[in-house]
Amino acid sequence: MSTVQAPHAPSSPAVVTPRTGQSLSTFLSTYVFSKDHKVIGLQFLFSTLLWFLIGGLLALAVRWQIAWPWSQVPVLGKLFAQEGGQMSPEFYTMLFTMHATVMIFLVIIPILAGAFGNFLIPLMIGADDMAFPTLNMLSYWFMWPAFIAFGASFFVEGGAASSGWTSYPPLTTNVASSPGSGWGQTLWLLGLTLVGVSSMLGSVNYMTTIILMRAPGMTMFRLPMTIWAMFITAILQAFALPVLTAAGFMQLTDRLLGTGFFTPEGNVVNNLATSTGGGHPLLWQHLFWFYSHPAVYIMILPAMGMVSDILTTFARKPLFGYRPMVYSIAGIAGLGFIVWGHHMFISGMNPALGITFMVSTMMIALPSAVKTFNWLGTLWGGRIQFTTAMLFAVSFVSMFIIGGLSGIFMAATPVDIFIHDTYFIVAHFHYVLFAGTAMGVWAGIYYWFPKMFGRLMNETWGKVHFFLTFLFLNGTFFTMHILGAVGFPRRLADAYHYETFHHLQPLNAFMTWCAIGMVATQIIFAVNFVWSMFYGPVAGRNPWNANTLEWTAPSPPGHGNFDFQPVVHRGPYEFSVPGCEKDHLMQTDPPDAHSAALAAAH
Amino acid sequence: MGNRWSGMFWSLLFLAVPVLGVATFAVAPSYDIWLPKDVSEHGRSIDSLFYFILGLTGIVFIVTEVLVFWFLWKYDGARTKAPATFIHGSHALEVVWTIIPAATLLFLAIYQMNTWADVKMRRPRIAPTVEVVARQFEWRLRYPGRDGELGTPDDIFLVNDLHVPVDEDILVQLKSMDVLHSFFLPNLRIKQDAVPGMKIPVWFKATEIGQYDIVCAELCGWGHYKMKGRITVESREDFDRWLAEMEARQEATQPEADATAAEVAAVP
Repeated sequence: MSTVQAPHAPSSPAVVTPRTGQSLSTFLSTYVFSKDHKVIGLQFLFSTLLWFLIGGLLALAVRWQIAWPWSQVPVLGKLFAQEGGQMSPEFYTMLFTMHATVMIFLVIIPILAGAFGNFLIPLMIGADDMAFPTLNMLSYWFMWPAFIAFGASFFVEGGAASSGWTSYPPLTTNVASSPGSGWGQTLWLLGLTLVGVSSMLGSVNYMTTIILMRAPGMTMFRLPMTIWAMFITAILQAFALPVLTAAGFMQLTDRLLGTGFFTPEGNVVNNLATSTGGGHPLLWQHLFWFYSHPAVYIMILPAMGMVSDILTTFARKPLFGYRPMVYSIAGIAGLGFIVWGHHMFISGMNPALGITFMVSTMMIALPSAVKTFNWLGTLWGGRIQFTTAMLFAVSFVSMFIIGGLSGIFMAATPVDIFIHDTYFIVAHFHYVLFAGTAMGVWAGIYYWFPKMFGRLMNETWGKVHFFLTFLFLNGTFFTMHILGAVGFPRRLADAYHYETFHHLQPLNAFMTWCAIGMVATQIIFAVNFVWSMFYGPVAGRNPWNANTLEWTAPSPPGHGNFDFQPVVHRGPYEFSVPGCEKDHLMQTDPPDAHSAALAAAH
Repeated sequence: MGNRWSGMFWSLLFLAVPVLGVATFAVAPSYDIWLPKDVSEHGRSIDSLFYFILGLTGIVFIVTEVLVFWFLWKYDGARTKAPATFIHGSHALEVVWTIIPAATLLFLAIYQMNTWADVKMRRPRIAPTVEVVARQFEWRLRYPGRDGELGTPDDIFLVNDLHVPVDEDILVQLKSMDVLHSFFLPNLRIKQDAVPGMKIPVWFKATEIGQYDIVCAELCGWGHYKMKGRITVESREDFDRWLAEMEARQEATQPEADATAAEVAAVP
């Protein structure tokens, strides 16, 4: 803690009003180029939610083509009418490439680290802001050139990148090999690098803040799981990202300068021989997955942390196995660096090396299993409150079980031979990333919304939103498992001309209807979100009777966060302590209040 | 928060996950939405591993999902009078649920190694039956001809129409001319990426006469979806007759064949 704000009485609600007599420059520095971690967090939140919408619409267009190939596309069809309202196959490849790109790099990673990380870290550790506020501001504003690069790529000649979000060369390095391999791919690489810069600035900041700026009494093992997850995620980012950035630049120079890092000798594309050689396509895959496998944990660990906090609050029970939970996050992160080869079992990589990666991949299922059992242990014996946030959090656990178990099929190398690049893997990562992370994000939004805006979201509509999303997501994604069992390949604009797959169109049509329902359901969420910002019931400091430090600050907290110096006396999960008249002990509650009761209980 | 009915409703919703999940897998085979017919020798061990993992994960899935339901049902705050249990964990339980999955996963890892080695590491010591050169968006095939050797003037060139004799070891030499492709034979449980600059051996033994799909399973550009081939598994006599016929046809159209030959032969 560097500076301590003048101590107001904790009970007086702090009113956040921008200083009067403001000029344009104060407005800009307060709401636009703000260095306040909360404003930056909300900027990330709004931007990523908008991209979430774009990514969702891209997904619908993909689903449309899979369900009804070459049919007139509604609404969007007018945009590419040269095909008579039909989708061209190159447009389809562009759609799924950009769907994944947008969802991964512009939604999931920045919404977890950028939005929740920024908003929650200082509040939950009792700091007045991040360690480097200017760096923090830059981490948001570096996203904008990336937004522009990805956004503009849709409108350049040849369209946006269309070689898959994995950008495997030579398809990406040889401009003759695909239409989106022109400017689209160059902009894609630029955008990716800029997102990387943003993540790196954020991660340095998070690590420093969590190490140095915890409130008095906040030891590492009194940190809420959300913060542990953010901390370890930041470490993952910092170590893995440089590799992706380097690989991205290598691909960029391959494309622009002809360096040939990824181009083998004698490569002929579209009857044009390439002049360079001496590189290898598999090099890219190794470098790319060295980042992108840890990145899949970057995309889930923060959600796991948030869900742990939300489960305890609404089960009114301490987290089951706090330390094992921390160790298993660390275990996932550590093992996460030596499993990247499981994306490459059939890539032509040495099969003996495949066995090594198979063993490490099998073992990484272990910490995930430990986490799941501890979540179940947390629910056991609780007094469960079915709030919207809780429903989303429980569904995270329920869905993560599916996503985790289906991973074992792919980890088994012989089975992977058959299901690699089929809808089985599509089912798997959608269960982890959508049914897992996105549900965790919604849990987080419903849970921390009152802290962000001082008002509660509507619970009834929240539950309707949950119910429909839950239904439609399983309709869309569970069926993908059996589609994958047939071997139905991903990324095909039309697979029904194969004898093996010709009978699968009705199932795909069903899934598309569910996907349409799922996206439409989000209208309920959007309206609830915006309406509640202005008209929701006023929340007060601690609407959920939770324990962690952010709930001692005003809602929303002013610049500098706390109106008194928080001093931490205990861990974050002291719920239902026997002998206490209230069922929760906040981290700041004085130690004498219930020390006797606590001592007796332990 | 909420009345007694709402907790029951939400608990039952989570119970629907294992019920409908198991039902989906149970019903799918009767709609033919299931593993395609296996016609390879090694496919049996891949499929049985698939079923073994399905059984194992199925049990874990049902048990954990039912526990989610049961805990929500039983410890619903609106219906239970008892205070929440004040417990921070259990060392004994942590040990149990670390060691049991660890042992299971380790067993699974070791158990599958042999199958993997059979399919990808123990190559039969024979000359390549055929060379498959992938390119946007077709499969170029080259049979060694009478001398049994690839790269000689009597090689036979074909496109997308792969024939192999039944019940014999087949060794495919897989190459790519341009970008990545993946040689996917769903019925033969074979998938292997074709990588420019690499010669990758792929082997199998087909056990049933018939015609099956060849699918490209690695994104290779706009025409990826239509990069379709067929594999015909036939008796040795039929295969020999077919190969002789192809050779005769190639003799008749020598200039075209030469052009194709030059192109395919140039692929390193």
